[in-house]
Amino acid sequence: MIERFDPLKGERLRILDDEGRAAPDLDPGLADAELRTLYERMVRTRAADAKALKLQRQGRFGTYASSLGHEAAQVGLASAMAREDWFFPYFRDLGAFLTLGYPLADYYHFWMGNEAGMRTPDGLNIFPISIPVGSQVPQAVGAGIAIKHRKLGAAVVTTFGDGATSEGDFHEGLNFAGVFGTPNVFVCVNNQFAISVPRSRQSAAPTLAQKAVAYGFPGVQVDGNDALAVFAAAREALATARAGGGPTLIEAYTYRMGDHTTSDDAARYRTKEEVQEWERRDPLARFRLYLGHKKLWDEAYEKDVQAAASEFVEKAVAEAEARPQASVDDVFAYTYSSIPPDLERQMAELKASLPEGRR
Amino acid sequence: MIMTMVQAINQALAGELQRDERIVILGEDVGRDGGVFRATEGLFEKFGPERVMDTPLAESGAIGAAIGMAALGLRPVPEIQFMGFIYPAFNQIVSHVARLRNRTRGRFTAPLTIRTPYGAGVKALEHHSESTEALFCQIPGLTVVAPSSPYEAKGLLIASIRSDDPVIFLEPTKLYRAEKQEVPEEAYELPLRKAAVVREGRDLTIIAWGAMIPVAREAAASAEADGVSVEIVDLRTLSPMDRETFLDSVKKTGRAIVLHEAPKTCGLGAEIAATIGESALLSLNAPVARVTAPDITVPLPKSEDLYYPSAERVLRAIRKLMEY
Repeated sequence: MIERFDPLKGERLRILDDEGRAAPDLDPGLADAELRTLYERMVRTRAADAKALKLQRQGRFGTYASSLGHEAAQVGLASAMAREDWFFPYFRDLGAFLTLGYPLADYYHFWMGNEAGMRTPDGLNIFPISIPVGSQVPQAVGAGIAIKHRKLGAAVVTTFGDGATSEGDFHEGLNFAGVFGTPNVFVCVNNQFAISVPRSRQSAAPTLAQKAVAYGFPGVQVDGNDALAVFAAAREALATARAGGGPTLIEAYTYRMGDHTTSDDAARYRTKEEVQEWERRDPLARFRLYLGHKKLWDEAYEKDVQAAASEFVEKAVAEAEARPQASVDDVFAYTYSSIPPDLERQMAELKASLPEGRR
Repeated sequence: MIMTMVQAINQALAGELQRDERIVILGEDVGRDGGVFRATEGLFEKFGPERVMDTPLAESGAIGAAIGMAALGLRPVPEIQFMGFIYPAFNQIVSHVARLRNRTRGRFTAPLTIRTPYGAGVKALEHHSESTEALFCQIPGLTVVAPSSPYEAKGLLIASIRSDDPVIFLEPTKLYRAEKQEVPEEAYELPLRKAAVVREGRDLTIIAWGAMIPVAREAAASAEADGVSVEIVDLRTLSPMDRETFLDSVKKTGRAIVLHEAPKTCGLGAEIAATIGESALLSLNAPVARVTAPDITVPLPKSEDLYYPSAERVLRAIRKLMEY
């Protein structure tokens, strides 16, 4: 299916139209329960994201990068992944983390300012989020190389924004992937902005997906607000990767509905009209219409889904906030495999200067 | 067996590849060519392209890839062809390699051994003579190692590869073929985080590492003729630093010179001098001296002699301290 949409011709994969009608020849054929799960994951993501913003305003959270508007891209992608696949995320990936089973309390804990929240639970193949833009791309390729060496038959997904495609690491990573034929799926979540700088300032190329052509493997642009399109493209690219067919670049074309982070004010560099235009393309609203056509959605169901999401979120907040502050031992213990004598002395000196309760 | 440093490094790599199938060498020209200094000669033929990987010419890509490989259970040993070309990978090293253990509270680690030739004295092109170890010593999480002889190179490289911490392994280009030495055939480890007294003396301590050790020895031999007995401490692991060994030495001799080929300002000499000031002040008979390269860009080969610390400069510093 991916090869039917040539980014060099400006073609974009879209399955759900504005009214939530699926193109019959492209519909990935998910069962009713799976469709509802997709929707419930998106609702949960939005609820968890809204809560994070609220906590930040109350001073209970650190600076936070909202995922508003990215739910279809994140959930559609992660829903296509298998448990043995690996994920190398960027910093705006809440929906993917939740879909892959990352505890929300941990995710919150990290954004509240504690490294312990980025200790991926054993059994989950999720790398910590990458803050230096694009630097996770070659790392994901290295994971792909290791999978090939060890014949693990898994795939590696890495996500990044449109701004990352200007970074050297993006190009080096994709180039390595092409050369070594690694099982990578690169997902560029093109939300039109790198903080304030618009997509047009990142590349003169009409699409970001077409950059794959230069590295010798397929690229496809998909409607990033269409959960089915993202899911279908990811499923195909992952299957290709696992089968030894090499990498794929997916550009999920979407829009950052919120500010870059809670420290940003997007009103300084974009118009209200532009944002309103994208509100009409809301990924959840479109999926709701689709479920409605399939008789899988009504008000009662919506109420249940919202209530479950809200309960899920509140539980995670309580759990994250109940966790103890990191101790001196915590912040020193993981610098080296064992603490050098010099660092032991620095620890002791620090402890001596701290009040009893903070040691 | 009598061998050069580059042969000792080659033997260490071959032995480790044989011992542990998780080990993968990667970099530019490390494969079929055997490395521009021949450090990986014969390894591609013996272990194949998956264990000894020629990569595209991209340092950040290679180190980034090595991180991902390590996360999935391999033990990558990347080579950066010259220290002057390590900077494109600086972000991967500083932002990820050094801190992966900490930022995942131990779930993931990046125990890479990044080998790179460093230093001047071989009349190389621009950007081929860098000695910027201090940039890496400032970064928590990194272990920085610099061997000073073939025997040291083999033992420290094997220890570095087997270490669970990421290591920047600085190979002194000038010493690759400068001397031959008896090196055991079998694998052996020399301890990381541990300095060594490589020449005993009574009157003055020179603290140095890598290619400066032979310079220190030459100066010490000359000083001997003047009746001055010089002790030399080879730091070996530059970070985390073994302070006890040189402090013990300085407390004994009462005089210290730090010798390095990196520029003076914010070089490791400053850290060592400060440590002596903090912990051995009352043992000193003279101020701590630094003999280093000046704070200028490494000159091109015709002027290299104006940059590289000479035994003569060290000797003058010794005399000055003795007359203090």
